Amino acid sequence: MTKVSMSVNGRAVSGETEGRTLLSQFLREELNLTGTHIGCDTSQCGACVVHVDGKAVKSCTMFAAEAEGADVMTIEGMANTDGSLGMIQQAFQDHHGLQCGFCTPGMVMSAADLLKNNPKPTETEVRAYLEGNICRCTGYHNIVKAIMAASGQDVTIAAE
Amino acid sequence: MYAFDIERPSSVSEAVEALKNEEAQALSGGQTLIPTLKQRLAAPEKLISLTGISDMKGICEGAGGSVCIGGATTHGEVAEGASAYPALAELASHIGDPAVRNRGTIGGSLANNDPSACYPAAALGSGALIVTNTREIAADDYFEGMFSTALDEGEIITEVRFPVPECANYQKFVQPASRFALVAVFVAKYADGVRVAVTGASEDGVFRWTDAEQALNADFSVDALENLKCSEEGMIEDMHGSAAYRAHLVKVMTKRSVGAC
Repeated sequence: MTKVSMSVNGRAVSGETEGRTLLSQFLREELNLTGTHIGCDTSQCGACVVHVDGKAVKSCTMFAAEAEGADVMTIEGMANTDGSLGMIQQAFQDHHGLQCGFCTPGMVMSAADLLKNNPKPTETEVRAYLEGNICRCTGYHNIVKAIMAASGQDVTIAAE
Repeated sequence: MYAFDIERPSSVSEAVEALKNEEAQALSGGQTLIPTLKQRLAAPEKLISLTGISDMKGICEGAGGSVCIGGATTHGEVAEGASAYPALAELASHIGDPAVRNRGTIGGSLANNDPSACYPAAALGSGALIVTNTREIAADDYFEGMFSTALDEGEIITEVRFPVPECANYQKFVQPASRFALVAVFVAKYADGVRVAVTGASEDGVFRWTDAEQALNADFSVDALENLKCSEEGMIEDMHGSAAYRAHLVKVMTKRSVGAC
């Protein structure tokens, strides 16, 4: 076992991990931050997306030891400081961007990563950016609408 | 996953030293290796993570119009930073998905040499130089077949140097589930000749389609390819496409690449 230390949602944390402990496992089982979901565990679905040093990564495909000293942001860090929903989360609620909700944490984290680098994406850019996030309920339209709304743009989208 | 230890050296020399352990394996972005470990298809006792080595990250413009990319540079960083070689940046921007591009690295991709990966096509198509901790390997001597390269045990790709061509283009026919190339072609036109590299198609991994290179050297146009036929011998045949289909796609994608160049 090795000790790893990192910052998660602005809080300094540390814990004992094995070499094979995945970042997703560390967040969920050591820190009890169960908002990060494990969907496929094969790097396909994106339910486990978190930000590491400001970049979206699949936390099921990175070892906890590799996040030593990193700044990690999870879905739990996306709410406002008063506990109310953050802007992207609120947009998902307003536009019914989820049904079962399992993929939503990853969708919100990918959306936040997109909007940070591209504050006014086109609908095509939103869809392309969600290539690594799979949703089996919504058919994506309302997710795209929510992200367009969160970027302050018209939510009328063309069905593809 | 079987249990293993992880070390995170901060310099190439420390990593080389750590990899002298016979049971150790290098870990770069892990976007292939970690899924492989999860399936218990590999069982190293120790992983030596290369992502903490700052000397192996970054992009620079080298002498004589070349672009050098550190071995631990991510696909996302190449997509954003390799503006001196637009076709390479474009190729990097379509590998996997955004989160995968933020972890996966050029050195990892070339060391793995997946027969359907994108970077081998860029490296072979550009006649790149693979720089390791001990030597420089020309791309023509580097790729030795599916998942096989000229790298020795414990050798680390520290940098890849791409000569920038007059024009280049990469066309990928995506396998829709995996997003890997079913067939993809990288065409690059240099003052001293045209190079055409094909990935995804052959059981021997990435290869140069020399008939097309000769035709394009004589006349760099889509029409010059019209009478050529890529042989289906040795092409991958699986549920996603027959050998004949892949051979046909090689020509189609080469024509698209030349047309877009």
